[in-house]
Amino acid sequence: MTGLSHVSPPRVLAISSGGGHWVQLLRLAPAFEGAEVHYACTDADAAGDVSAAPFYIYPDANKSQPIKLALTAIRIACIIVWVRPDVIVSTGAAGGGLAVMMGRWLGIRSLFVDSIANAKELSVSAKLALRAADAVFTQWPKVAAQTPAVFRGSVL
Amino acid sequence: MIFATVGTQLPFDRLLGALDSWAGCQQRASVFAQTGRSGVDFHNLECTPFMAPSMFRDAVERARVIVGHAGMGTILTAAELGKPVIIMPRRAAFGEHRNDHQLATASEMRKLPNVLVAEDETQLSEALGLAMSETSGHGGCISPYASPDLLSAVSDFIRGGRAE
Repeated sequence: MTGLSHVSPPRVLAISSGGGHWVQLLRLAPAFEGAEVHYACTDADAAGDVSAAPFYIYPDANKSQPIKLALTAIRIACIIVWVRPDVIVSTGAAGGGLAVMMGRWLGIRSLFVDSIANAKELSVSAKLALRAADAVFTQWPKVAAQTPAVFRGSVL
Repeated sequence: MIFATVGTQLPFDRLLGALDSWAGCQQRASVFAQTGRSGVDFHNLECTPFMAPSMFRDAVERARVIVGHAGMGTILTAAELGKPVIIMPRRAAFGEHRNDHQLATASEMRKLPNVLVAEDETQLSEALGLAMSETSGHGGCISPYASPDLLSAVSDFIRGGRAE
């Protein structure tokens, strides 16, 4: 032993649904620099966007599909237990909300960034995340003014 | 080539049908469409239900004009590649989405220089005429990354700083 304490980079689970949520997650990539990033997405083909990083797939679901949502939750729980992240970052939607809830139960810090699409009110997932995440960002100042979510800039 | 895209969740036949009719009236319109879970045959469109993100990006890059629902994947990818995009918001009243958030998205995103909004089939046809007659650029590309303030807020959070 050298006596110097070795600080390992924070391990981040960056998780979102496919499509616009994923495009927004990728736009956050410079913020992950220096961290060990693991990605999870509903779209298997999204792996091609982050070929250098570990990548996990989970099934898509929304609140009107309770059985699929339960399967999604089980799969996300497995990913979190496997990755053991220090931090969870999500840009939505339902799977991201579930991930921050599980993060809370497991003592993992989490950040939920609501989609820029939600220009008037928070998404259902962001409202769920407000009860579990350490921070919820909205991308609109006027939504921040009406909700506990905070505005810290946008993906644009 | 026009590239049309409606995302992966619910069908959006109001948009694709209008585009199909428009393409049928054109002398030579090549329209490639990502149609999602549509059960309709569109005779004037070359259709594929789903696309990998890399294929999607390639199609946006190759297209002269993008036509899509008001989804952020469509709008951001078009803006990143500096392509004109016509967006038609999905409406909950027609069963096209679970809520009307795409109306809010469209009214905010029309401020981008490359975005035209079509509320209905008539406006779509007008916007297509306008977009196809444009010969100049469309305001250039946006940065591929989020705003510096959001990036530093996310980075601070990851490094244990307080987000509030």
